[in-house]
Amino acid sequence: MSETALKLKNPRPESLCDVPTHFCPGCNHGIIHRLVAEAIDHFGIRERTVGAASVGCSVFLYNYIKTDVVEAPHGRAPAVATGLRRALPDKYVFTYQGDGDLAAIGTAEIIHAANRGEKMTVVFVNNTTYGMTGGQMAPTTLLGQVTTTSPYGRDWHGAGYPMRMCEILAVMEGPSFVARAAVNKPANLKRARKLIFQAFEAQVERDGFGFVEVLSACPTDWGMTPARAMERVAEEMIPYFPLGVFKDKKEAEHL
Amino acid sequence: MDKKKKKLIKGNDAVAMAAIEAGCRYYFGYPITPQSEIPEYLSRAFPKLGGVFLQAESEVASINMLLGAGSAGVKVMTSSSGPGISLMQEGISYMAGSEVPGVIVNVQRSGPGLGGISPSQGDYFQATRGGGHGDYRTPALAPASVQEMWDHTILAFDLSQRYRTPVIVLADAMLGQMKEAVDTSAPEFPPLPGKDWITTGAEGRDPRVVKSLYLGEGELEAHCWKLHKKFLEIKDKETRFERYKLDDAELVVVAFGSPARISKTSIDRARSEGKKVGLLRPITICPFPEDAIAELADAGKTFLVTELSTGQLLEDVRMSAGRKAKINFYGRPNGAGSLPTPDDIYHEIMEAYPG
Repeated sequence: MSETALKLKNPRPESLCDVPTHFCPGCNHGIIHRLVAEAIDHFGIRERTVGAASVGCSVFLYNYIKTDVVEAPHGRAPAVATGLRRALPDKYVFTYQGDGDLAAIGTAEIIHAANRGEKMTVVFVNNTTYGMTGGQMAPTTLLGQVTTTSPYGRDWHGAGYPMRMCEILAVMEGPSFVARAAVNKPANLKRARKLIFQAFEAQVERDGFGFVEVLSACPTDWGMTPARAMERVAEEMIPYFPLGVFKDKKEAEHL
Repeated sequence: MDKKKKKLIKGNDAVAMAAIEAGCRYYFGYPITPQSEIPEYLSRAFPKLGGVFLQAESEVASINMLLGAGSAGVKVMTSSSGPGISLMQEGISYMAGSEVPGVIVNVQRSGPGLGGISPSQGDYFQATRGGGHGDYRTPALAPASVQEMWDHTILAFDLSQRYRTPVIVLADAMLGQMKEAVDTSAPEFPPLPGKDWITTGAEGRDPRVVKSLYLGEGELEAHCWKLHKKFLEIKDKETRFERYKLDDAELVVVAFGSPARISKTSIDRARSEGKKVGLLRPITICPFPEDAIAELADAGKTFLVTELSTGQLLEDVRMSAGRKAKINFYGRPNGAGSLPTPDDIYHEIMEAYPG
């Protein structure tokens, strides 16, 4: 460990690899990866956890998180995680998915994994765009938002509305925990850390389905500086995607 | 045969029972005619055996559950028919690319599109050419009796585990829906290789990754050649076919699955009239028994290819036999009422018979 790292108040989590990430400057994936690694450390489950990586900027999950990982096809991480968890009843699984992955191509898989109350943790990173493919319109793209495939701004006529996945999942009986967080400022980051921990707690302590959405900045595809992108999270995203806990089932109430 | 082991079983039930016999305790699937007896059987049996039966939201989800459970090292199966198998191709490609074992049973119905629910062999190309995107093949077994629904399901698990590959069992509606006496003995296989790749949690070891993404220069090319080398090994060691009354045959019927079975009756009738006819039945349609076909072609034999399609097996026979071979074709694609009778094939034999 470097001298600087030793001086840090919060040293690198054991579950996070000590390597530079491939993410763009100002991207929030790195922060969210760290929070996930902290949660895995907190519950002491690194050696008993398997991740399901998705397709998109987060595909390289296995380069950064020090657990076993299976790479899932686009949108299918909840199905892959279901197979893993059913085959490994004494272990833990998590998925880490972007908005195109989870809320467009993988809508059926996430809805049904949630409905079955699969014992898993889902980390959903919403940056309102397809980052990896170059900034196309996502299911969560805000109305009026210009992307490479909504060059005149997203219009609900024809393109529909940005989908609020937490609100959709929270009305279902299956999930144990559903929450939305942001990491655009220290107070929100602290709260995000807690909510990610709770999404793992739902699985580890309560045998349930834990879901946490994290609003994330994508300065590159938004065409903004990192600082301005953080401001956009606060000004445009949080008003439409309100932060908070949407569902928290302390016991398996359906039993 | 041990009489106690002989049972009257429906084809689809034989697949389910064989999966249990092979040690499979994980099934993920979605209902579709004509294979629904398989999930129905396992939904009854697995809870009592401590297994997992999960009716998924789609075939897309089921195959990815195979990818997950297979990555954890357990024996896992799904079953479906035409339209459902199409939906699974994405996941089969990922399983092949990530080298994850699993058994996929296709009880073929007729297509394209919604088609029909009668026996068909229109999925031959899909089963023998990889099926999904990318450069890969999967072994594909073609049962021709309820006995082989049992045998091939058990064999599919062994091949799948032995070579770390998805394996297709390509049956059809006739085999799935009919009942026959089956010897339910279990064959013995050599020990399987160790599972030093499975993702079960990195306890006391470095983390493992099951993946198919290779972006580094030359990485994917090397990976594809590695998969191909494995396929060549399978071709070398596992190619299977049946020769029926072939030794003196002048006319060689080539057929797999249900038409192969029907052909035997037609061949017997032609034989009783002095015609020297035999059957070459591919058991592994992938890898294809091309050498066996080539030898017969080199010996100047005439061929009659018959199948439940407009000519898919036909192409493999043509490629193996060469352009000079005399190849006749009798195809009955799709649809209710289009399963050939022994008389139909007998007449084709008489038409094609040389001289």
